[in-house]
Amino acid sequence: MLACLRKELFLRKTEFEKEKVETIYFGGGTPSVLNTDELDLLIDEVYRHYDVADAPEITLEANPDDLSRQKIEELAQSRVNRLSIGIQSFDDEDLKMMNRAHNAEEASFCIEYARKMGFDNISIDLIYGVPEMSTERWLKNINKALEYGVPHISSYALTVEPRTALEKLIEKGKVAPVNDELAQEHFNVLVEKLEEHGFIHYELSNFGKEGFFSRNNSAYWLGKKYIGIGPSAHSYDGRQRSWNIANNPKYIRALEKDEIPATFETLSAADRYNEYIMTGLRTIWGVSLRRVEEEFGRTCKEHLLKNSEKYLKEGLLSLNDQVLRTTQKGKFLSDGIASDLFLLNLRETGV
Amino acid sequence: MKHIRNFCIIAHIDHGKSTLADRLLDFTGSVTEREKQDQLLDNMDLERERGITIKSHAIQMEYEYNGEQYILNLIDTPGHVDFSYEVSRSIAACEGALLVVDAAQSIQAQTISNLYLALENDLEIIPVLNKVDLPSANPEEVTDDIVDLLGCDAEEVIPASAKTGIGIEDILSAIIERIPAPKGNPDESLQALIFDSVYNPFRGVETYFRVINGEITKGQKIKFLATDKTYFADEVGTLKLSQEPKKVIKTGDVGYLITGIKDAREVKVGDTITDAANPTSNMIEGFENVKPMVFAGIYPVDTEDYEELRASMEKLQLNDASLVFAPESSAALGFGFRCGFLGMLHLEIIQERLEREFDMTVITTVPNVSYHAFTKKEPENTIIVNNPSDLPDPSKLDRVEEPYIKATIITKSDFVGSVMSLCIEKRGEITNQTYLTPERVELSFDMPLAEIVFDFYDRLKTVSKGYASFDYSPIGMRASKLVKVDILINGNSVDALSALIHADNAQTIGKKMCEKLRALIPRQQFDIPIQAAIGAKIISRETIKALRKDVTAKCYGGDISRKRKLLEKQKKGKKRMRQVGNVEIPQQAFMAVLKLND
Repeated sequence: MLACLRKELFLRKTEFEKEKVETIYFGGGTPSVLNTDELDLLIDEVYRHYDVADAPEITLEANPDDLSRQKIEELAQSRVNRLSIGIQSFDDEDLKMMNRAHNAEEASFCIEYARKMGFDNISIDLIYGVPEMSTERWLKNINKALEYGVPHISSYALTVEPRTALEKLIEKGKVAPVNDELAQEHFNVLVEKLEEHGFIHYELSNFGKEGFFSRNNSAYWLGKKYIGIGPSAHSYDGRQRSWNIANNPKYIRALEKDEIPATFETLSAADRYNEYIMTGLRTIWGVSLRRVEEEFGRTCKEHLLKNSEKYLKEGLLSLNDQVLRTTQKGKFLSDGIASDLFLLNLRETGV
Repeated sequence: MKHIRNFCIIAHIDHGKSTLADRLLDFTGSVTEREKQDQLLDNMDLERERGITIKSHAIQMEYEYNGEQYILNLIDTPGHVDFSYEVSRSIAACEGALLVVDAAQSIQAQTISNLYLALENDLEIIPVLNKVDLPSANPEEVTDDIVDLLGCDAEEVIPASAKTGIGIEDILSAIIERIPAPKGNPDESLQALIFDSVYNPFRGVETYFRVINGEITKGQKIKFLATDKTYFADEVGTLKLSQEPKKVIKTGDVGYLITGIKDAREVKVGDTITDAANPTSNMIEGFENVKPMVFAGIYPVDTEDYEELRASMEKLQLNDASLVFAPESSAALGFGFRCGFLGMLHLEIIQERLEREFDMTVITTVPNVSYHAFTKKEPENTIIVNNPSDLPDPSKLDRVEEPYIKATIITKSDFVGSVMSLCIEKRGEITNQTYLTPERVELSFDMPLAEIVFDFYDRLKTVSKGYASFDYSPIGMRASKLVKVDILINGNSVDALSALIHADNAQTIGKKMCEKLRALIPRQQFDIPIQAAIGAKIISRETIKALRKDVTAKCYGGDISRKRKLLEKQKKGKKRMRQVGNVEIPQQAFMAVLKLND
């Protein structure tokens, strides 16, 4: 697999010839299975084939149960300079409900020790809206995170995935079902508390101190180009999106034949407009009317403004300096708003 | 003439009519291998999918028997209660009928009512016991049922399997030996019965007819008696697998006629064709103008498509004369049409054809029957109410009458109780109960047509576990205690959802309608009250709670494409919704409220 990843890095280098690599992100699945040497090997490979910017952001996703004392020490020696840790909760009851492999103690330990070993750029994941999680218990979680002084938090409402133990328990009535009102309350508490402590709510589920936004993830929302390496990884070159086959053996077989097993999709202007609306409404950067006009035309901008009216009136959207944003009240409804502002084709507007 | 046999097939749906027709065509060599396609006679896509012959057709076969060449005209009949008039005209064009009965399922209500039609027209009946090869077949018992029904000998019943070909030759000999040849007078003036027509976009309406007396020749100046219009017979011919033009179609024979008619409404099933210069004085008996039984509003989802919808409906009417429509407007839905249909199946077919053939997305409103209303001021003056919102104000209303039908249901004795409860629930009054055999019971009810229009078939199937068959015929108007139940969504009365309901059921049905709408209308960003009301009185209320969360947590590189497509799909769904006040109502909600027992 490692050899294939290296080969894919080589094969894709032509796609990024005029670009600078700003960030490297090891994520999806459990990238922490790679030891430090293997991580270094891959990072070397990036440097060999690509033009890497000065001081790139290099993130590793890891779960607390992978982050032993020794592992943290090794990572501190590597070029990885940012950790994204799947803490989920500092409460054992919540962790049990979510079927996590780690406990509250491990969660606390890995953050403290990573900071001690010199990682100042740490992000943690926290889940809210968990059945039977009181608002009080949620606040305790938030306070714990603030206590450890992490500069970045990604926080998600629990969604019950099909065919999981939790879904079964809810079906049997052993666990209370996920409650949207509770999730909304938790979300409001979260935003209030984190903003109070100097975090910027820069994307629906992401909060960062000044200078600590995820540069890698921001690129997705700003429509920048990216290359994804490995099974089921996605890439985007500004016009075309592609995704690798998810099946590991098939991925490996293709790479052994110097082929990239990807499916391509060319985005139409309407697709690009829709993606801009969809991601823009989730971020602090919003949707710029100027950019919409420049890129998609004046009638497209007018369509957007016309369809936004009712949301502006209801206070779910705001319009300042030609930028549309979701308000705190609108954020939790942003999917529905986005789809209302979508265009199924640009002809709809006469463009 | 003595070598012509005209016959039809009477069968219940799925008892094998189409397969038997195919087999006869096969056996007489009327179809070449290349032309073979299962269930040849059903040539509309929709018919094929639903497995129902909607429009009847005819086909001519040639068959040599005892050294003589015979012409066999098979006239196909539609197999659904919505089309019983068309069935009666096809039957009138024949001298004989094959009564096809499934050897496992025995005789069904619809078969019986069509059989009675055939007997009234003095048709020679040839009973065929089909599907004898099936393991579940019960030939002895079903033969007894047939013998009881027809009063024939058991030997006259032909065991057959249309699927495997058993008995086909016997059926053909029976057709020739038992069915009488047509008796007409070639020297009389032309008298031909129109039993069907098909719209051909290139050639205009093709009229299918049976010559009773005289003959019809190419170029002849002819006249349709009911419409009193004259035409030239541009082309006449016989109906083989494709049309075969002929110079003349003689007495007793079946053929097609092309006159360049562009509008299907000019060709009325049951009308008489005669010679324009020397017309017959006898119109063939039994002609009726087809009357719609069920009415519903059809509206474009996008109000801007009104004119396009009108054009599409006009085109549909060219080939389906039983569709009637008139413009109407609704406060909730804008401009649309009030349409009349033969029945619910016809309504569904029209709706599907609009979507498939004309790419029109439409909203169909709650269907209703045609009521007669009388005001206190003019208690003798009938006001026809085809739309609940046309009902006069209750304070001015003297009385309302609704159409009643005689329903005939045949079921197993085990299910008599549950079928009766269903019919009584549907305001039926039992008028007769006859044991056809110890296990099979025929029940007759007088019922309001409105009660059977909606979910009656489905309910009947459920309560009888599928062992019930059903047929009906109109028996006139009767006074009823009807009230108009209005639905208010977010405080706005939605006229398209109003329904006329018997006063005793208004409360229950109003409540069910509210519950159904609560389930069908997606949650929106605010609470939506749904109320049912009679006049100013609210009889039921439900609330759709506001949507609190409509956002997915994660939206990273690998999620964007999938999420965009999901939201695009939602957008498309919303486009099919109708904004009433500030509430978006899905297209299907306008009709589905009547399927209250799902």
